[in-house]
Amino acid sequence: MKELLISILQNEILVYVLMAFVPLLWILPFALFAVWWERKIAAHMQDRLGPMRVGGWHGWAQTIADILKLIQKEDAVPAAADKFLFALAPFVVFLGSYAAFAAIPFSAAYVGSEINIGLFFVLSISSLVVIGLLMAGWASNNKWSLFGALRSAAQIVSYEIPVAVALLAVVMVVGSFDLQEINRAQSGMFWNWFVFQKFPFLFIACIIYFVASLAEVNRTPFDIPEAESELVAGYHTEYGGMKFALFFLAEYANMFAVSAIAATVFLGGWNSPFGDFMSGPLWGAFWFITKGMGFVFVQMWLRWTLPRLRVDQLMYVGWKVLIPFSFVVVIGVGLWIMMAQ
Amino acid sequence: METMVSPALVNQEVSRPATIPGFGRELKSDEMVINMGPQHPSTHGVLRLELVVNGEVVVDMIPHIGYLHRCFEKHAEHMTNYQQVIPYCDRMDYIASMNNDLGYAIACERLLNIKVPERVEYIRVIMAELNRIGSHLIAIGTYGMDIGAFTPFLYAFRDRERILDIFEQTCGARLLYNYIWIGGLSHDVPANFQEKVKDFCKYFRPNIKELNDLLSYNKIFIERTANVGVLPADVAINYGVSGPVLRGSGVAWDLRKDDPYSIYDRFDFQIPVGDGKMGTLGDCWDRYMVRVREMEQSLNIIEQAIDKIPAGDVQSAVPKRIRPDSSDIYVRTETPKGELGYYIVADGTTSPFRVKVKSPCFVNLSALPAMSRGAMIADVIAILGSIDIVLGEVDR
Repeated sequence: MKELLISILQNEILVYVLMAFVPLLWILPFALFAVWWERKIAAHMQDRLGPMRVGGWHGWAQTIADILKLIQKEDAVPAAADKFLFALAPFVVFLGSYAAFAAIPFSAAYVGSEINIGLFFVLSISSLVVIGLLMAGWASNNKWSLFGALRSAAQIVSYEIPVAVALLAVVMVVGSFDLQEINRAQSGMFWNWFVFQKFPFLFIACIIYFVASLAEVNRTPFDIPEAESELVAGYHTEYGGMKFALFFLAEYANMFAVSAIAATVFLGGWNSPFGDFMSGPLWGAFWFITKGMGFVFVQMWLRWTLPRLRVDQLMYVGWKVLIPFSFVVVIGVGLWIMMAQ
Repeated sequence: METMVSPALVNQEVSRPATIPGFGRELKSDEMVINMGPQHPSTHGVLRLELVVNGEVVVDMIPHIGYLHRCFEKHAEHMTNYQQVIPYCDRMDYIASMNNDLGYAIACERLLNIKVPERVEYIRVIMAELNRIGSHLIAIGTYGMDIGAFTPFLYAFRDRERILDIFEQTCGARLLYNYIWIGGLSHDVPANFQEKVKDFCKYFRPNIKELNDLLSYNKIFIERTANVGVLPADVAINYGVSGPVLRGSGVAWDLRKDDPYSIYDRFDFQIPVGDGKMGTLGDCWDRYMVRVREMEQSLNIIEQAIDKIPAGDVQSAVPKRIRPDSSDIYVRTETPKGELGYYIVADGTTSPFRVKVKSPCFVNLSALPAMSRGAMIADVIAILGSIDIVLGEVDR
């Protein structure tokens, strides 16, 4: 795609700028849709209908109306806040989740930047989010915000370890950090997907990754940084208007980013489940988005079913359950590869 | 800092800031005072908690009340009529209004030596038990929400809606009923009342199991509530707590059995008590589970009573003029929150000289600091929710 654009526009810099906007074409419609979708899922799980008025058919335009409302709101900054950091924080948070999309392959034909350490890049760039959250909590000059920021820093840093180690198991099998390479290694029928390979090690790795990624994106049962019944709203207590909307957008973008990684690494990414049937660049994007949305749905499903853990219990799950198991998986996969040679 | 508890009653170890050996000097971590409420999603109304925290651990806590004080007792003295106090009773524990009215009506009837008709007694008991289920549903639903589970809250409200429909059909109101009058009731029940109540009982029993599957036996919910906020029986008695908070500590004390009023002595029902099944006796899970099991017992009472309602006029014993002689009376009844007492002093006029209310929520709330010291901030929310306070009754 990059080569095509360069040949048309004859200007490399312009092409890179244009390419940088491409993920936005997916993130914005996705966030608009996912917010509405989550409200509908929550409503139907809770024996109610959710938004039904705006736009006619099942309230499809509700999120658009909400965004328009948020844009019109006054951009209030608390008097005692650190104004520079306060204004910067939502952008840093959004940057972290947005940049991750640069290396995520949407289909065999499209990936923003095909770098050979794609998985590594996604993991590290999404860690930027925690800096933004700490900035938001600190700059708000609100004790509840600070609590939320401290909790999220502790949580995200702890849960990055099982995430990375679980993904490492797949990297060992493929022998590459390149996400396209990982995709190509799973081509063929669906039993070639890594979730079914080296059974049960990579299956456990998939579950560990998914559970830990819930904590990475602050979703229930690990949503303690913004636990609304304890911390009011956590790090974004003092935010309103478009700044709040940016946090919200980043949360949903992040939800899809971790789901996309799960889909790519464990469920074959853009590969069709049926070999060459329904396969191709556009079908690839279809399969990739379907798989990603499947994980997003499970995240929503869990959120409206489970209660929330306490801080110390969260740390217990991270350090004493997920990390040891992820190391067992890595050792198991390593031994398997050694035996097979 | 002044606290509400004597040190002897504090059962949990108070954690103090740790001193960390630094380079040459001791590094001391600081305590932070944090204000929870009166505008906080989980203080169940306008309660303010002043927390002294060391990191996430609560070192001390002082509840501040009075944000919803509406001068109930002064209002009661200035009514022109005993009957006019009842709408104010509705507004104390506004999610169990029937039970509040029942206590006041019984107190006034004993002052006046009125014997109310059998039909009235049966309808009152059914209404009070339906309202108890409604109140416990709110307690359980909001408790789930405090712990972070949103869905059980709406399931509970779905079931409570059925109860409110029955109330609305009977007296036109869904929250503040003004239904139980001195000597009778404001309206007779509608023709299909028995059928509707039976339908509700049949509909609701399986839903208790659904609630248990969704919330009560959820692993995360048990982790969050078992062994949290333990209130041993002796401490509970010393604080004078009552209702599910006392029974959760294993003390089988229920005024419907131990000091029967109305016609509760005619029904066969159990008093559920906490058993420490998931953790320690008297923890949050025990208090929660007592409420779930009490709903089943309330269904038992309703089912026994619904077929026995005799015919009669519900207003035959309503006095034309309420003017008790100079005397006083103390009547206590078991509301969903605990022991609600009315102390009424009559001075021979048509309005009470003094109405003093012993509020169960107020007393139960006083045990909160003792339960919370040494817990984490998230536990404070869990403990507060397990007490099930209604600020309308704490402040009156």
